[in-house]
Amino acid sequence: MNLYDYLYYVILPVLAICTIIIFARFLMGPTLSDRVVALDLLLTTGIGIIAVYSIHTDQPTFLDIAMILALIAFLGTVAFSYYLEKREKNE
Amino acid sequence: MKTIIFQTASNYLLPLLLLFSVFILLRGHYLPGGGFVGGLIASIAFVIHSFANGLEKTRSIIKFHPGFLMPVGLVFAIGAGAAPWFVGQPFMTGLWFEDPIPVIGMVGSALFFDTGVFLVVIGVSLTIIFTISETL
Repeated sequence: MNLYDYLYYVILPVLAICTIIIFARFLMGPTLSDRVVALDLLLTTGIGIIAVYSIHTDQPTFLDIAMILALIAFLGTVAFSYYLEKREKNE
Repeated sequence: MKTIIFQTASNYLLPLLLLFSVFILLRGHYLPGGGFVGGLIASIAFVIHSFANGLEKTRSIIKFHPGFLMPVGLVFAIGAGAAPWFVGQPFMTGLWFEDPIPVIGMVGSALFFDTGVFLVVIGVSLTIIFTISETL
């Protein structure tokens, strides 16, 4: 079993199962904060999938997309927490 | 937000992300990248700084209203489109210098068009986001 088989038959299924479980949490999430954390984790799992495909297809430019996605995920989480904090202050 | 880790990180992230946006801008045309993505990354840099340090500090860094970048960028783009008229070719023909410039690479009218798009995207997104966070 070489690296490519390992990535394709072990890592990708694990990431796919993770995505399904996190999406279930995103739908259930009792509070808004749970949903925000689930969304952040969903984007992070997406970055992992992009990295796996970048190795599998031998395309290093995919990693730039993963980097920009990480940036936007960070910004989204920060913005959500900023406005959640602001809303709690107003109420 | 009053978190010292985020404030310190944003002070280092701002120049780093601006450099990365210029890199993305120059890499465009033949590889993934270009003016639109570069402009978005540059505006994300300013937005992260404004979330960490407050809107007023980010305004004092930029010095002028970001809306002024929109007409400047449009002038750049129209100038790059009109440049082939002076050598008797149709509007928006790609003109290229013969020799590549060190560090930047091949320079042509497409690069100036992308620079215009870069400035317009920064101006539009910063104007929208600053207006939204002002009224909230």
